[in-house]
Amino acid sequence: MDDNTHHRSRLPMRARVATTVGGAAATVSRIAGKGDGSVIGGIIGLRLAPDLLSLLATGREIVLVTGTNGKTTTTKLITAALAPLGGEIASNIYGANMEAGLTSALSRAPGARVAVLETDEKYIPSMVKATRPRVVTLLNLSRDQMDRAAEIWLLARRWRDALAAAPDCRVVANADDPLVAWAASSARQVTWVAAGQRWREDSWCCPHCGAHLLRDGDDWSCRECGHRRPPVSWILQGDDVIDPAGRATRLDLALPGRANRSNAVIALAVAEAFGVHLTQALAELRGVTSVAGRYTQVNRRGCDIRLLLAKNPAGWLEALDVMAPPPVPILLSVNAQGPDGRDTSWLWDVDFRRLRGRHVLVGGERRLDLAVRLEADAVPFRLISNIDEAVDVALTVAPKLEVLANYTAFQQYRVALGRVQ
Amino acid sequence: MIDPIRLVWVYPDLLSTYGDRGNVLILERRARLRGLPVELIEVNSDQPVPRDGSIYLMGGGEDLPQTLAARRLLADGGLHDAAARGAVVFAVCAGYQLLGTEFGGVDDSPVQGLGLLDMRSGRGEQRAVGEIVADVDPALNVGRLTGFENHQGVTRLGPNARPLARTSLGTGNGDGTEGAYSGRVLGTYLHGPALVRNPGLADLLLYWASGPLPQLPPQAEELANQMRAERLAAVSAG
Repeated sequence: MDDNTHHRSRLPMRARVATTVGGAAATVSRIAGKGDGSVIGGIIGLRLAPDLLSLLATGREIVLVTGTNGKTTTTKLITAALAPLGGEIASNIYGANMEAGLTSALSRAPGARVAVLETDEKYIPSMVKATRPRVVTLLNLSRDQMDRAAEIWLLARRWRDALAAAPDCRVVANADDPLVAWAASSARQVTWVAAGQRWREDSWCCPHCGAHLLRDGDDWSCRECGHRRPPVSWILQGDDVIDPAGRATRLDLALPGRANRSNAVIALAVAEAFGVHLTQALAELRGVTSVAGRYTQVNRRGCDIRLLLAKNPAGWLEALDVMAPPPVPILLSVNAQGPDGRDTSWLWDVDFRRLRGRHVLVGGERRLDLAVRLEADAVPFRLISNIDEAVDVALTVAPKLEVLANYTAFQQYRVALGRVQ
Repeated sequence: MIDPIRLVWVYPDLLSTYGDRGNVLILERRARLRGLPVELIEVNSDQPVPRDGSIYLMGGGEDLPQTLAARRLLADGGLHDAAARGAVVFAVCAGYQLLGTEFGGVDDSPVQGLGLLDMRSGRGEQRAVGEIVADVDPALNVGRLTGFENHQGVTRLGPNARPLARTSLGTGNGDGTEGAYSGRVLGTYLHGPALVRNPGLADLLLYWASGPLPQLPPQAEELANQMRAERLAAVSAG
C-alpha cells in the first residue's frame, strides 16, 4: 500500500467521491482537447463537496505563492528547491490558480505531503483560510489588468487582514516592495527578503498613511508615520544571494534576468523554512530552464526565437531588461482579450525609449495601440502580421529573434511555432 | 522667442494608475510637432504646485490616494490660483471627481473636493468597465470621444458646469452625459491616456493654452487616426 491510498483513505467518503468524479471529468476534458482539465475537474469536485479544498489540505504542508508577477516561475522554483525533501510535491504548475485549480492540484496528488500552490492575488484571503498554509510567499504588488483585478491598495489591505488571522503561518515576503511589506507586517512570523523592486510607480506613497515615501536605493521609510523597510535576512545582491549568515553565493541560474534571481532568492528562503540547505536547494534551481513555455528557445527556418511572456508594465520593464543586445530584433506583441485585460492603457506606463536604434517589430491584435505608443517615444518600428513575417526580417539582420508578448499573444505564437499540442 | 507651454503633471505619485503619462506625452508631441516649445513639470504630493503653469493634468487613483490628493491640493492652493488665472486644467477619472465640490472617498464617505467644477460625485451601484463612446458638445468643435472607462462613480452636474459629451456607449456620468467643463477646466471619466485616442481634445487644450494652432503634417497623425478609427469600428461592430 503506497502513500497515495493512505492519504485518500483518510478523506471522508463524500470527498473521496468528489475527487474521483472531478478526476474523471479532468481526464475527459484533457482527451477532448480542452486544456489540461485542472479547472473543470476542480469545479466539479467542489460542487460535490464545497469544503473539498480544506479536506484535501488537511495534514499537508502547504506553500501559497502570490504576487502580481513571477507567481508561476516562483512556484516552479520552490517546487524544485524542495525536491531534496524526497517524495511527491503537489503543484498547479499550469497556472490554474484559483480555488478550482488548487483543489485539482491537491486531488491529483493524494500522496503528496507537501504542496506548492500558485494563488491568484484576490484569492489569498479565502485560500489562507481553506488551506491553513505553513508558508505564504508574497512577491510583489503592482498595477495589472485593472479592468478585472481589484485595486492594489485594497488587495494589500485584504492580505494584511488575512495574515493577521493566521498566526501559525510563516510569511516569506519581499521587504523592498513597500505595499507587500505593509501587508506582511501583520503576520506573526515573517522572513524578510531583500528581493529588489525594479518597478516603483505604485509605491511612491506610504501604504499606511499615504505620505510621500523617502527612498534611498532599496531602502524606504515614511517620515510621517514611521513605517519603514524591515530588517532583512536574505538579500539579492547583483548575481549573488546573501544568506542569513551573511555568506554570498553566486546564483548562476539558467533562467534569465533580475526578476528570476529575485524569485530564486525567495525560493531559497522558503526552502530554508523547510530545512533544505541552500547548496542543495540552489543546485535544483539551476536545473530549471523553462517554465510553462516561458523562456523557451525555438528554431524556425534557422532563426533562434526566444519567447518571453509579460502581462503588465512591471513585467514588461523586467523583460526589456533581459533582451539580447543589438542587432537582434525584438518583436513586441499585444492582445486585449479577456485574459490580457481589455484595456491597453498600461502600455503608456512602459518606457520604450531604450529601444531607440534597435530593430523593433510590432504585432498582435492591438498592434496599432502599440504603434502609437512607440511613435510617442520616438522608437521606429515595423508592423508585422504573423511570426513568419518577423522571422523573415530577423533572418536579414541576425539569425535570432526576441519575442515579448502578453498572455494570449504569447499563446498564439506558441501555437504558431508548434509548441502546443 | 516663444514662451514654452508649461505642462504641470499634478501628483503622479498619488494620481497615476492607468497609463496617465500618455496624456502628458501626447500633449508634448502635438505641441512640439507644431514647433511650440514645451516644459514638463512633475509635481509630487510633497511639493508645492507651481502657480504659473499653462496646462495642469491630473490622473486616476484609488479612493485613499484620491482623498489625500484632495486634502493636499486644498491646503496648497496652487491649482486654485492657476485656475483663477485662466490656466487649463484637464483631469481624468479620480482626478475628474476631485474637481467637483464633493466625491465619495474610502467606504463612500463624502469628501470635500476642489470645487473647480460645479458637480458632485458619489458611488453607483455597479462598476462601469469597458469601452465608451460619446459625442462632444458641438460648442467645443471636437470629434467623438472614444476611450475606456473603469469606475464606480456617478456624477451630477450643477448649473455652472456643462456636460462635455453625451454617451452613445458606456456609462460616463451615469445620466447619459459624460464629463464636464467650465471655462478652461475640463474633466472626463475616460481614464488613463484619454488624449491618445482623442487628439482633437488634446488640441483643444493646447489651443486654450496658447491660441490658434498650425496644422500638423498629415503623416504625423496617420497612425493615431488609424487606431482611433479601429477602436470606433470595433465597438460599433460589437
